[in-house]
Amino acid sequence: MSDKRIGMEVSIAMAEAVKLANVDCISAYPITPQTHIVEHLAELVAEGELDAEFIPVESEHSALSVCAGTSAVGARTFTATSSQGFALMHEILFIVSGMRLPIVMALANRALSAPLSIWNDHSDVMASRDCGWIQIFTENGQEVFDQTICAFKIAEDPGVLTPTIVNLDGFTLSHVVEPHILVSKEDVDKFLPIYKPLFTLHPDKPLTMGAFGMPEIYSEAKKAQDATVRDSYPVILEVWKEWGKLTGRNYAPLETYRMDGAKIALLAMGSFCENAMEAVDHLREQGIPVGLLKLRLWRPFPFDDIRKAMKGLEILVIMDRAISVGGIGGPVCSEIKSALYDQTKRPKVFSFIAGLGGRDVPPEHFEEMVHQALKMRKKKKVEEFATIGIRG
Amino acid sequence: MSKPIDQFTWKDIPIGCVVTEAGNAREYKTGDWKSQRPIVETSKCIKCGVCWVFCPDAAIYKNAEGYFVANLDYCKGCGICARECWTGCIKMAEEEK
Repeated sequence: MSDKRIGMEVSIAMAEAVKLANVDCISAYPITPQTHIVEHLAELVAEGELDAEFIPVESEHSALSVCAGTSAVGARTFTATSSQGFALMHEILFIVSGMRLPIVMALANRALSAPLSIWNDHSDVMASRDCGWIQIFTENGQEVFDQTICAFKIAEDPGVLTPTIVNLDGFTLSHVVEPHILVSKEDVDKFLPIYKPLFTLHPDKPLTMGAFGMPEIYSEAKKAQDATVRDSYPVILEVWKEWGKLTGRNYAPLETYRMDGAKIALLAMGSFCENAMEAVDHLREQGIPVGLLKLRLWRPFPFDDIRKAMKGLEILVIMDRAISVGGIGGPVCSEIKSALYDQTKRPKVFSFIAGLGGRDVPPEHFEEMVHQALKMRKKKKVEEFATIGIRG
Repeated sequence: MSKPIDQFTWKDIPIGCVVTEAGNAREYKTGDWKSQRPIVETSKCIKCGVCWVFCPDAAIYKNAEGYFVANLDYCKGCGICARECWTGCIKMAEEEK
């Protein structure tokens, strides 16, 4: 395995990963900040470097509908989108997962309008949280490259057959140039064999996909889908283990940083974990026993990993990058609180919302969250969530 | 079809609810939620077939005697046949429990 680092934009690295995954079909509609991914794929197809169909469409609704068709005939299928485009796909997201079509999507996370914003937060993915796709978060360009290839193997596993989203933060990841260690075509071919669908639409063997589900069958179908996504957990671990053996880069559903002896933990997702690590280093220097939990796997939600990580913790500080308006505040915090509800020993959980619509969350803000939590723990009553870096 | 849909458990429905057998929709009786049914008074019927033409669900067939009658397994009880019948030989009757 070569460890040569190649500098390239993360979007380009992702497109190169899709090329290495030897996709058969790509359909996508350009939207900032996803554009460079599909632009580069379109070039690769046009120049004959990637033997795939690139199907241009007039909207994201059509893009994912095309993907449903190509996946149904057995083609390895990729799409990419962001924010409003993802919202326009919303209807088809559920159809694709219910029909168990293992499409892989890059979601360059961006805020939802209004006000109109092209910048990064997690409101797009959180608004479609329950769409039935496997959802993975990434922290840097190397992770984007690795997880893109792994996503195909996870999605296409015969026991899983569930579409998978690889989330990468818009701009803060998609548009930065980073060093990447690529993997050879031979190694990827061995890791990711040709997709063998269980069912395909073919005139020689007629069958129906996406049929009407009477009340007698709909609930059973949804129960089966939920069980499948939950049961994909060990498959995901196995795929990451195999990737770790191949590349030496290991992944886990919940990753830790300086959690040894930690009484306080920060929890975050995506690229801002890098800032949070700096904050942890600085707080540790001041003698505050803090560590970082990085949530990589959002669906299936890693309940047991979360519960195990709480051992010895007194305070858990969760940063959400989306807001459930008029509701629970942060969706990630809400899920984690639910996961801990039945635990007899659990830390005090504090919810912070930060980094909306491209607002930076520098290390100092993570430190401030910890300091605020330390103050709030003494109060009898605290608000549902607090915000960081908001004026007034 | 291998078995009626209400006998499938969540563990044995095919992946993605794929229907692997072609043409099995005919095994579903879709007329069980009608609240009215058409009754034909054959003495007035002139066998013109207007009801057959207008039935939106193709639930009307021609019987051995040449009269047009509804297959109640598929008739939804919409009443279009009664409304369009030239001689008024079709009356809609309330379904009883």
